[in-house]
Amino acid sequence: MNQTVFAPWDDPNATPLIRFQNVTKRFGEFTAIDDLTLDIYAQEFFALLGPSGCGKTTMMRMLAGFETVTEGRIELAGQDIGPVPPNERAVNMMFQSYALFPHLSVWENIAFGLRRDRKTKGEITARVEEMLKLVRLEKFAQRKPHQISGGQRQRVALARSLAKAPKLLLLDEPLGALDKKLRQDTQFELMDIQETTGTTFVIVTHDQEEAMTVASRVAVMDEGRIMQVATPAAIYEYPNSVYVADFIGDVNIIEGRASPSGDEEYKLDWTEGQAPVLAKSQATFSEGQEAHLAIRPEKIRISTEKPDDAVNAMQGKVLDIAYLGNLSTYHVELPGGQVIKAQTANTRRIARRDITWEDPVWISWSATAGVMLDQ
Amino acid sequence: MKRMSWFNVTSLTLGFAFLYLPMLVLIFYSFNASKLVTVWAGFSTRWYGELLQNEAFLDAAWVTLKVAVISSSIATVLGTMAAYVLVRGGRFLGRTLFSGMIYAPLVMPEVITGLSLLLLFIGIGLDRGVLTIVLAHTTFSMCYVSVVVSSRLVSFDRSLEEAALDLGSTPFEAFRLVTLPIIAPAVISGWLLAFTLSLDDLVIASFTAGPAATTLPIKIFSAVRLGVSPEINALSTIMILIVTVGVVTASLVSKRNALRAQNEVQAAERAAA
Ligand SMILES: Nc1ncnc2c1ncn2[C@@H]1O[C@H](COP(=O)(O)OP(=O)(O)O)[C@@H](O)[C@H]1O
Ligand SMILES: [Mg+2]
Repeated sequence: MNQTVFAPWDDPNATPLIRFQNVTKRFGEFTAIDDLTLDIYAQEFFALLGPSGCGKTTMMRMLAGFETVTEGRIELAGQDIGPVPPNERAVNMMFQSYALFPHLSVWENIAFGLRRDRKTKGEITARVEEMLKLVRLEKFAQRKPHQISGGQRQRVALARSLAKAPKLLLLDEPLGALDKKLRQDTQFELMDIQETTGTTFVIVTHDQEEAMTVASRVAVMDEGRIMQVATPAAIYEYPNSVYVADFIGDVNIIEGRASPSGDEEYKLDWTEGQAPVLAKSQATFSEGQEAHLAIRPEKIRISTEKPDDAVNAMQGKVLDIAYLGNLSTYHVELPGGQVIKAQTANTRRIARRDITWEDPVWISWSATAGVMLDQ
Repeated sequence: MKRMSWFNVTSLTLGFAFLYLPMLVLIFYSFNASKLVTVWAGFSTRWYGELLQNEAFLDAAWVTLKVAVISSSIATVLGTMAAYVLVRGGRFLGRTLFSGMIYAPLVMPEVITGLSLLLLFIGIGLDRGVLTIVLAHTTFSMCYVSVVVSSRLVSFDRSLEEAALDLGSTPFEAFRLVTLPIIAPAVISGWLLAFTLSLDDLVIASFTAGPAATTLPIKIFSAVRLGVSPEINALSTIMILIVTVGVVTASLVSKRNALRAQNEVQAAERAAA
């Protein structure tokens, strides 16, 4: 069988479902969204990731129709949605606060949107039952929102926004109110629902793990701008800036001056009295250009003996050990005072006893372990 | 519970006596068999019976009730609309001025309100009667409704309306199906407040009532000037009863409303925690 990978963003013939074209949004003097251009494709599970206040909710509200665009335009399925009022958009939103109608039962909350479409009684009943089943709330249909738990409320909100089978579903921090375990279960549930319904999801989150788990692509935002859009794996392995590398997961940043030393290979002079670091890079750097090498802690090996095959190896002493159960992170202080984090998987039951605080250790990594970044 | 000190008991008794003794005396004498108001001659409901025979009083009672129901209903619609626009309308030119102006009649002396309405009605050539009293009462009770409703709207979660729009309702449907049911208790207590205000208004009514239609407070006031009769006592007792029921209901409704709003907030906080 010929399995096709879902990657419409790599297909030059694919037409996006949503196009942000040079969109700027200002609140008075304050620019919340700054000249932003972005394409989102049908059936994507697209995550907007960024610190609080970077404009994620504002983008959602522009898609839903609650905020007008100051400059630029937003297209949905080829149509400029600027003049379309929220009640006429084939877009539904799951609100950050759920916004369930307190005077209506769970059943009536879910039926609310269907009733507005002048559907027949039979159609409405069938659809509501289907939705209740999907979110496993059949038993709670007659309860009022204040009579169910936070997790259940969140599922009602999801069912209500899915009931009209929108082209596009917007989820604004949908899982913010849940504890970690329930949150992970719900993430998988969301992915399931997204797959069965084929709806395009745009999810806002400030939790990078959540974005990495659910999304087909992730956009990392900062102060109203998009820093990078890519698949979770690409964002993690090939961040395009120190900001993105630092935002997604843990990272060591080594600053220095690059000098070419062969085919796509550079030496990075990073501190006096230490050998330069060797790194491969597809991006080109000129002689003496400032560069940052970003290396994930799990790409750094830690050992008591000097490894003889490593391209980059240096000695330091263990400052701190963070035991996380499945992983241990070692903070290793180099002679110059820099601290490098190295992570190892705890595959054996008894943690490695041969490395402990204050121990002199060697850390090493290959030339392809990190990414060289110019900003 | 802590026992109250003799000082507290005394001041409470004095305070309440001050407030309610006059009314109790009135209620007491309304059941007096004697025609002389201040001479007790045994219990009787005779004056209530006679009251029911008195055409003039019954007419006035009917006018009062009609005016109260109609004016409080109109005031509720207008006051709710004004509150909605002032709380929700966003920032439009002169908004502060408008919201200030809505509340101005609350502090305006009634004599001035009554006089200016009278001048207006004469100016536009409107004959004084039920219609003019209704208009006058609507004018001054509307701002009370607006105050009650807007204090509820301020704490109303805006995203509920947005959710309704998002699910395909028109703005009017969103108001009718989501906002109105939720703020209904405030609207109802606004109506009750307007109703009682209209029921016991004397000053404005006496400016705007004509020979064709008088309200009960005017009737009582003019009757008393000829001497207090036990009939008046009976009538006043009935009015006290109606106003009490109105005020108690309004405060119960708004108390329940406040409790519910508090529960909503707590539930939201629990969900957010
Ligand atoms: N209605 C508004 N008026 C003024 N400023 C706003 C408004 N809505 C959002 N902002 C500002 O825009 C920025 C982005 O907000 P938002 O999109 O809510 O961020 P987040 O990424 O946390 O969801 C914030 O600095 C916020 O203060
Ligand atoms: Mg937000």
